[in-house]
Amino acid sequence: MGMQDSNPWLALLVSLLAVLLTTLFTATALMLGGFSPVVALQVLIEGSMGSIDNFLGVTLVRAVPLILTGLAVAVAFKSGVWNIGAEGQFYAGAIAAVWVGLSLGDHPSFFSIPAVFLAAALAGSFWAFIPALMRIRLGVGEVVTTILMNFVAIHLVSYLVRWPLQEERGVFPNTDLIVESVRLPKIIAGTGLHLGFLVAVMLSLGLAGLFNHTVLGFNLRSLGGSQEASRVSGRSSISSLLVVTFLLSGCLAGLAGGIEITGRTFALYEGLSPGWGYTAIAVALLANLNFKAVLLTGIFFGALEGGSGAMQREVGIPAAWVSWIEALVLLSVLASDRLFRRLLGSKWQSKLRESGSDG
Amino acid sequence: MVESFSLVVFFGAAIRLAVPLALAALGESITERSGVLNIGIEGSIIAGALCAALAALKWSSILLGMVFGALGGGLVALVFAIFVLGLNTDQIITGTATTLAGLGFTGALYQARFGMTGSVITLPVLRSFKIPILGDLPILGPIFFQQSVTVYLVYLLIPTLWYLLFNTSWGLELRSVGESPEVAEEAGVRVLLVRFIAILSGGLMAGLAGAHLALDSGTFIENMSGGRGFIAIAVVVLGRWNPVWIAIAALFFGAASALQFVFQSLGSNLPFPLFLMLPYLLTLIALSGWFGRAKAPAALTLPWPTKGR
Repeated sequence: MGMQDSNPWLALLVSLLAVLLTTLFTATALMLGGFSPVVALQVLIEGSMGSIDNFLGVTLVRAVPLILTGLAVAVAFKSGVWNIGAEGQFYAGAIAAVWVGLSLGDHPSFFSIPAVFLAAALAGSFWAFIPALMRIRLGVGEVVTTILMNFVAIHLVSYLVRWPLQEERGVFPNTDLIVESVRLPKIIAGTGLHLGFLVAVMLSLGLAGLFNHTVLGFNLRSLGGSQEASRVSGRSSISSLLVVTFLLSGCLAGLAGGIEITGRTFALYEGLSPGWGYTAIAVALLANLNFKAVLLTGIFFGALEGGSGAMQREVGIPAAWVSWIEALVLLSVLASDRLFRRLLGSKWQSKLRESGSDG
Repeated sequence: MVESFSLVVFFGAAIRLAVPLALAALGESITERSGVLNIGIEGSIIAGALCAALAALKWSSILLGMVFGALGGGLVALVFAIFVLGLNTDQIITGTATTLAGLGFTGALYQARFGMTGSVITLPVLRSFKIPILGDLPILGPIFFQQSVTVYLVYLLIPTLWYLLFNTSWGLELRSVGESPEVAEEAGVRVLLVRFIAILSGGLMAGLAGAHLALDSGTFIENMSGGRGFIAIAVVVLGRWNPVWIAIAALFFGAASALQFVFQSLGSNLPFPLFLMLPYLLTLIALSGWFGRAKAPAALTLPWPTKGR
């Protein structure tokens, strides 16, 4: 990885420089496209944070799946597992959630919701388990297999919502709505902000604790640092640690899908995720793979996606701009990380690393 | 709709569907042979499709469409090369970024140029033509030799690439850089230059694949690359980094995709998403078997130089 071991202050500088670079690039591109960058930024901020309703109901709600899939990617990348399959694992979780949610019937929420969460987490883990097996037993790299699994999941959703799980009247390609008792309660009544946000916050704090303060966390981290070193230290076998990483990562992405169903859409349909599993890579990297920082970068990207609707409505900037800006963020992170390392030189850098602890 | 299914129609369709995969995968295999995994060729394909569409629209020319399509794909690969070779950034993350950038940028450009509702663009369409004599062969003629120019381009590329890889000094240098850049450098090979050319070649060919998509269908649609860049990467693994096997793997994928037409002609209410899923499942199964055991170039995805950056 090479990006996770640095000093937290250096990481913060890198992220800030990346955001600055992206802003500059985007502003230039907007001007070339004949838009006013200042007005665009105003509308973006207004649309995502201009009111309590916009912030809670738009930005934070969008941030939930981004934070959870961002955590999934961070877990994997930290341990040197290239899980590009958060998108597919998200859908696997969403399928399981809607399936269990529809077949459960009406029970008390304190029973139904955990059952649905469990189903979603298991399904996401299962989706990640296949690439894990293929890597460990057969030596097939997970980059290709996790991507292939994404497409399998997307077509599976498209099949399910048109055939076995289609809504009762059989007209539209989506499932029926899940019953009230399987829907997540709102954190603040009257806004769209649901319990899923709290789950995301707790998971990011929990993962930070797991990685920094437990033996398993230490082993997982050393797996990312050097698989050789971890083998030599002999604490735990590499393949079982790899499986744990795949399962944990898939579980988080699956849970993201389950929470999206129970918290926001209440039904499954094609295109439920506008590519969150891929955006998650940018979310995790802008956070320098730090679990707590994923909360912030998830909200940042949530604001970007939330505000893009307003930009399109009010200024006429096409919504496709957002994914282009997200890619710019990713490239800027890569560039500024390298630039800082070169500017600082190896001497100061090693000094910084000695004084810094791991995020 | 009552058109009966025939073997000729099926294999003809399989070849047409295999072409963009074969082009992108053959290009990607050059890149991977140099030790670089570019998962950003999806971005090159969509950029190639848009550039081909814009050029073909402006000049009403298939040829210029293909040239600009290739250049568009090369441009995305150039960004990838600058980051991976110039800044020594991680290949997989950079590839993800160039894919997102390609999809996002083409989408934004398309919406800005043609409006958000997406008015339909009509382009000159690739026409199939018959190769004299060969095209008149029974069965084989209509399947293989009554196709469009991009199909014949793939036919030419397979032996050419095979020859270049295994019988020229460039091929030897390329492979040595992919196996062990340290040893290659000792032997006087300019590692970064070899990789630069390999990445650009991959991008140009992915761009051609995109041009085929636009010019074969006669239009441009956002996200029309539809994950073909990722499938091409699987095709390279299935094809064991060898041009001949890659072409066969691409054809296998094309045939699996063409199955949907067969089933569509059999009945209308068959679950088509399952047939769309089939190629991906088959690829996963194939990778689990004998095909997955092939050894990748040893230096694939590893940073270089390893220290001092």
